[in-house]
Amino acid sequence: MKLGNLFDTFKRSQMTPDAHVALKKLEKARSGASRRDFVKTAGGLVIGFSALGAASQADAQSPINVTGLVDASKVDSWVSIGSDGDVTIYSGKCEFGQGFSTVQVQLGAEELYVPLSQVKLVYCDTGYTPDQGTTSGSQSHIAEFGPSGLRSALATARQALLQLAAQWFDTTPDQLVIKDGVISVKSDATQSISYGELVKGARFNLAIDNNAPLKDPATYTVLGTSVPRMDIPAKALGTHTYVHNVRLPGMLHGRVVRPPFVGAKVMSVNQGSVASLPGKVQVVVVKDFVGVVADTQWHAIQAAGLLDVTWSSGATLPDQASLYTWMTQQPSADTMVVDTGDTEAVMASAAKTFSAQYVHPYQMHGSIAGSCAVADVRGGTGKTATAKIWSPTQGVYPQRDSVAVVLGIPPANVRVIYVEGSGCYGLNGNDSVSYDAALMSQAVGKPVRVVYSRRDEMAAGESYGQPYVVNFKAGVDKGGQLTVWQYDSWTATKGNRPNATTPGNIVSGALAGFVTPPLVPAAAKVPTTFSNNGNSQCSYITGQIAGAPPQGTGTVASQRVLTRTIASPFFTGPLRSPSRLQNTFANECFMDEIAVSLGQDPVQYRLRHLSDPRLIAVVNAAASAAAWVSRPSPNVSIIPNAKVRTGRGISCVLYEGNNGYSALVAEVSVDMTTGVVTCTRFVTAIESGPISNPNGMINQTEGGVMQAMSRCLKEQVKWNAKSGIITTSDWNSYPVYNWGERVPVLKTVLLNNLKVSQTGAGECSITLSASAIGNAIFDAIGVRIRQIPYTPATVLAAIQAASGK
Amino acid sequence: MAAYSLTVNGKPLTVNVDDPNTPLLYILQENAQLNGPKFGCGLGQCGCCTVMIDGVPTKSCITAISDSAGHSILSIEGLGTAANPHPLQQAFISQQAMQCGYCISGPMLYGKAFIDKNPGATPDQIVNALGQTQLLCRCHAHSRMVNALSLYAQGKTQ
Ligand code: FES
Ligand code: FES
Repeated sequence: MKLGNLFDTFKRSQMTPDAHVALKKLEKARSGASRRDFVKTAGGLVIGFSALGAASQADAQSPINVTGLVDASKVDSWVSIGSDGDVTIYSGKCEFGQGFSTVQVQLGAEELYVPLSQVKLVYCDTGYTPDQGTTSGSQSHIAEFGPSGLRSALATARQALLQLAAQWFDTTPDQLVIKDGVISVKSDATQSISYGELVKGARFNLAIDNNAPLKDPATYTVLGTSVPRMDIPAKALGTHTYVHNVRLPGMLHGRVVRPPFVGAKVMSVNQGSVASLPGKVQVVVVKDFVGVVADTQWHAIQAAGLLDVTWSSGATLPDQASLYTWMTQQPSADTMVVDTGDTEAVMASAAKTFSAQYVHPYQMHGSIAGSCAVADVRGGTGKTATAKIWSPTQGVYPQRDSVAVVLGIPPANVRVIYVEGSGCYGLNGNDSVSYDAALMSQAVGKPVRVVYSRRDEMAAGESYGQPYVVNFKAGVDKGGQLTVWQYDSWTATKGNRPNATTPGNIVSGALAGFVTPPLVPAAAKVPTTFSNNGNSQCSYITGQIAGAPPQGTGTVASQRVLTRTIASPFFTGPLRSPSRLQNTFANECFMDEIAVSLGQDPVQYRLRHLSDPRLIAVVNAAASAAAWVSRPSPNVSIIPNAKVRTGRGISCVLYEGNNGYSALVAEVSVDMTTGVVTCTRFVTAIESGPISNPNGMINQTEGGVMQAMSRCLKEQVKWNAKSGIITTSDWNSYPVYNWGERVPVLKTVLLNNLKVSQTGAGECSITLSASAIGNAIFDAIGVRIRQIPYTPATVLAAIQAASGK
Repeated sequence: MAAYSLTVNGKPLTVNVDDPNTPLLYILQENAQLNGPKFGCGLGQCGCCTVMIDGVPTKSCITAISDSAGHSILSIEGLGTAANPHPLQQAFISQQAMQCGYCISGPMLYGKAFIDKNPGATPDQIVNALGQTQLLCRCHAHSRMVNALSLYAQGKTQ
């Protein structure tokens, strides 16, 4: 039924009661029931899996394809209004503790003028929700508030509701007003109709209209306020359903048996080695994928430990001690990000030049949970088989399409239902474990739940954050103004997020026999479009691509930025602020070096080279909130022989070159006798356009700063090249920030910019800690440390080397 | 097979297991069908699996069922209910003191045990107490959790 069309022929206000009844019958006959009627709503506002999941016993029986194809260009794919007037939103952006589900409910309440309690949200289920790729990269605000996203769908729906009501009341939409889901005639409040009465559970049957008027953020009443996160109460009460808590009838428990060495292959599996164990153990082998399935977790854990597998020797690994040199010697795929062609000449005429090398290790997501998924594959393989996967993946659709390939089942027969795991921070083991559960369920013909052990996760399941080597050269004129900037980097990758053509992009897909696309070395081409997605371009250059206006945030005109990617021996994948964190660490520390050697205050020197007013604003806001006193670095006020010295450092970035703006001041103390760095205070300023939820944004900003503090002070993947073993396989061998250590004071300044579009915030602050802390360490001890992590041993060695001079 | 009886959040539970070393965590997840105690490491290194055993915070992933039998187990879902949350849960909610929330059993229960014995404990004392065992929050929501625990120490929920 087309809501609009029906009323072209009938004006309800002119109808007799009989005609009205007849029309209702007609409506019923012609309407498709609202999608909302498929969703059983429970107490909570955010349905996600929580409510569907509470019914997971029944859900196990629910169909694979719930609503037919979900077409993201149609309003009905995003929003439905029930006969009770409740609004249900469908979204492809998931909740993993970042608070975005609450923001989406706020957006629904805002654009449709209904109370928060009248909005339900269903997210990330290929049976119900539109394909929005992955929830990652601080892209959710951009996607949902931008064209063709949730906000446009809601605005189109509101426009249709107003038109419908105008026909009902025989007036024009501009004569109507909406309050709490009730539309009334401005001049006569007695003439009113609720959404529920108006729509009667029908579909909109409309395409998203990107010209539908959007509410002006300056008039927001629900967005822009700190609506408490809707997922928190159940989490605090312990009743929240994480993927680990999905329980299906007849469900068995699986564990993976991973190669002990990187790249080892299965030679033989002695199934008899677990035959006498309790728990009806079944062994699943698919090429180099090995798993065990048993009736309980404990039985599966024991069987996994005792299964006798003969493995081949592993791949040759580079020596960790010479990793960074090795990286610069490998064949590489090169990208010239920007090149004005004059850098050598300008460098030659510079009054003073600077050069340095910065290095960053492989790091882990190190999610606190063992990754977990539940799969129910029926009918084996082929056209008639089906699969349902309860998965904490960041991308339900890419996973549906790639799991289908792994299982040999048509994608239309696969349904992936997102269920929250622990914080993932990117491509941890969540996608791999979903393959594992699917492979094991397919083999045993029963629902199987798989959880990774700590070693499975850390040493054989997740896709690490990339290592980096960055070489710099820069030059200044007589006045100390930067005139030229050269950046050359090497990073290493293997695999990435998987999709239909690349199941081999992650560990389990590769073990099951799918090819990991090899790196193809290639020479750099002349750049034709501006992109600073990886933040390889520092904030101080103009971002000049020939024939285009400069799009960078700085003023340095002569620039060259060249990135090289080599083949990694370990799987890699996005880790919160991928590449951007590593590049910003290098860029912002090198900038600090230059300021320092010119005797300039680091804040003032940065401001001298910035052109983007929004970046300037966050730098000023952070400096002022931190009561930054202008002076050169290092901190000369400290007592020379003090055991503990203190310092402060600043850093700033426009995330991805076009996303959120932030600046961070870090304050540290350094124990000169032990090399232990303690962070005492972080002051962040952040601007991402109109703020949706101040408290949520502060929460994300605080968490980002602290997580990156752990990463830069402690975290590094380690391996033994001789044995081929990754040696960082638990929280003792991969130390991280622990409870009991000093909790720094956190101060966050939010800049609410209503004049621009919404952008992301989740990965802004995390991008800055390594550089701000590095600069603060220099300020405290007067020695520049150009490698992560800033472990006590590294810091102490630097102090001793400097004092020995 | 041996039968073990224990009390879980006030309710009796009897389980039959073949291995007396079966960790309590898996019994709580599979037999008692609890969501609160979570698997993080299975090694006693993170605290996701924390429960109170007779009022003492304990990592259930490294506690055998045979050692738990006859004892009273309290998980975070035993602290309060949606209608009547425990003051500590109220404080965590009012402070929005988490991101993913997966780690919450550790700081909540170790924090509660310490504060109940040391009313009025300061933030530094609370942090120090949580450092007496190995506890993690990988989302790094520590600052807000300290605020929530400190409110509880002061007898407040917000
Ligand atoms: S799961 Fe028990 S301490 Fe980590
Ligand atoms: S809130 Fe996610 S691990 Fe603590």
